[in-house]
Amino acid sequence: MSDKKKLAVWKFASCDGCQLSILDCEDELLLLADQVEIAYFPEATKTIIEGPYDVSLVEGSITTPHDALRILEIRKNSNLLVSIGACATSGGIQALRNYLNVSKYVNAVYAKPKYIQTLETSTAIADHVQIDYELRGCPVNKYQLLEVLGSFLNGKKPTIPDHSVCVECKLDGNPCVAVAKGMPCLGPVTHAGCGALCPHYYRGCFGCYGPMENPNTTSLASYVSKNGLADGDVLRLFRNFNSASPQFSNESKRYETAK
Amino acid sequence: MSKSEVHKYRVSTEDLQQIFKALSSKDYQNIGPIQRDGAIMLEKIQSFDQLAAGFHEDLDKGVYRLSQKNDGSLFQYTVGPQSFKKYLYPPRRKLWAATKTGNGFNVEEGDQPPAKMAFWGIRSCEIRAIEILDRIFLRGEFSNKWYEKARQDLFIVAAGCTKPSGNCFCTSTQTGPAPKGGFDLSVVEVIDKKNYFILEIGSEKGQKLVNKIKLQPASPAEIQNADKLLAASEKKMSKRFDPEEAAKILMENPDHIHWNEVAKRCLSCANCTLVCPTCFCSSTEDITEITGDHTERWLRWDSCFNGDFSYIHGGQIRPTTKSRYRQWLTHKMSGWYDQFDSSGCVGCGRCITWCPVGIDLTEELLAMKS
Ligand code: SF4
Ligand code: SF4
Ligand code: SF4
Repeated sequence: MSDKKKLAVWKFASCDGCQLSILDCEDELLLLADQVEIAYFPEATKTIIEGPYDVSLVEGSITTPHDALRILEIRKNSNLLVSIGACATSGGIQALRNYLNVSKYVNAVYAKPKYIQTLETSTAIADHVQIDYELRGCPVNKYQLLEVLGSFLNGKKPTIPDHSVCVECKLDGNPCVAVAKGMPCLGPVTHAGCGALCPHYYRGCFGCYGPMENPNTTSLASYVSKNGLADGDVLRLFRNFNSASPQFSNESKRYETAK
Repeated sequence: MSKSEVHKYRVSTEDLQQIFKALSSKDYQNIGPIQRDGAIMLEKIQSFDQLAAGFHEDLDKGVYRLSQKNDGSLFQYTVGPQSFKKYLYPPRRKLWAATKTGNGFNVEEGDQPPAKMAFWGIRSCEIRAIEILDRIFLRGEFSNKWYEKARQDLFIVAAGCTKPSGNCFCTSTQTGPAPKGGFDLSVVEVIDKKNYFILEIGSEKGQKLVNKIKLQPASPAEIQNADKLLAASEKKMSKRFDPEEAAKILMENPDHIHWNEVAKRCLSCANCTLVCPTCFCSSTEDITEITGDHTERWLRWDSCFNGDFSYIHGGQIRPTTKSRYRQWLTHKMSGWYDQFDSSGCVGCGRCITWCPVGIDLTEELLAMKS
């Protein structure tokens, strides 16, 4: 038996993009496989080694009664549980259902709705079990993922700053698209991690990493609204990959009347 | 001709080009304002033609717009989001790295400071800002060695501001608009049928550089034209306050009700501190390879608006946006006097322009007065 730490990767309601970020590590993936025993990772290997696991990475949100039970089992079986990505940390894009009637969707989408068992809401892993660490992003940034795993293996605190995307934007030398082009940008209220990818390509930030440490969504929303952004657009600004995070959710509700 | 006039020359764009070439041939890396993605950015340039030409700006609180004319002008805008600080104190740099060996580890050197740099078109306020950085970083035994080296062989070509932006207030901070010392060469651009510049030599280094270039002394009328432009520029700046009075008011009003008001608007995004030519806060970060065999220590700009920045054992010292904004403004405009013998603000207006919700520190100061 190896004395390597056992790593498990679990999937809930998600697009698999975050798991792909792990596979996307390529060169580092071999190093990772050297350091840990990949005990459960169906997307990558058929081998299944039984728990308990030293680290569980959890992708996806909880959307079915079955999954709500499954996550309890995983928690019991894991020493460290890290939720990865917007779905796992805030409910993901599928949390848009939280604002509407799910049975309507089910009836519209499925030929035989009676076979579908689903919850009214899509919720974050932390809403169901205690988590040890959350890694944000839609999808997660592979370097941050390696930083989290590497820190766990080497006994240090991961270097994952929770300040705004604006900090990354300025450090990278992008002229601000909000100020220089008048585009609505979620950067000032969004958690860093992407390296200000969208502003770098002349787009406002979409908020993939969810709320930053102390987001003032109300100030940003009222500023863009005062500058002519229609209420429906302000609402949509906060309703995408992290729409169910408490701060983005509350802000979007203020603009709901105008849908 | 009086003595001061002797040192002023009327030079053409072509003459400046000669100066640019002379600097290159003396191994200076020329760095200057170029236009990129709708803003004036400061970048390393290989040829004089790369300098932003014909650009004019229209700035307001939280608003920056550039337009271009066919007037061949070079310095008819003020400052963009960056300052030359980024070359003296870069946003990110590797301090050192360590690699495991059999029974210990090897320490490797980090990034090395640049050798000779020439800053083009630097404004008076920013020369004063560099002097402030000097007081912060050059402290004998405790000097920042990287900064010291980067600063060592710096050539400064200043540009007088004849068209201040709506956000500039260097008349109040007494840091502009005419460059007064601290440069090697300085120009004031006069827009005319054929644009010309009034060149002033500010140092021996500057003199030596232009020795081989044939310069035409400026006529009294030409010098007067440039002086008039600078005087008019002073009048154009409408934001006014007294920095010493501001320093006092801020120190005396930590509990002013207005701090709550500004905190309602402030995003705590840190943009204001990152564009400021004098803000110097940084953090260090360790990046460890997954194998644990190699680790790097990096320095990166940080900000009093970031929660982690005031985190110590047990919690954050400044958990609220109110306490962070107050820290920033009070330190910059008041506490700085005790620490570094001046205000930390040189009136460049960057923090007003680049605040995504257009917060104007001069307005906040005035509000504290009541
Ligand atoms: S472009 Fe967006 S992320 Fe970048 S500084 Fe401006 S507001 Fe912040
Ligand atoms: S505080 Fe604002 S106006 Fe003053 S020097 Fe800094 S960026 Fe310029
Ligand atoms: S004053 Fe403006 S730029 Fe500075 S942290 Fe607040 S919102 Fe951001």
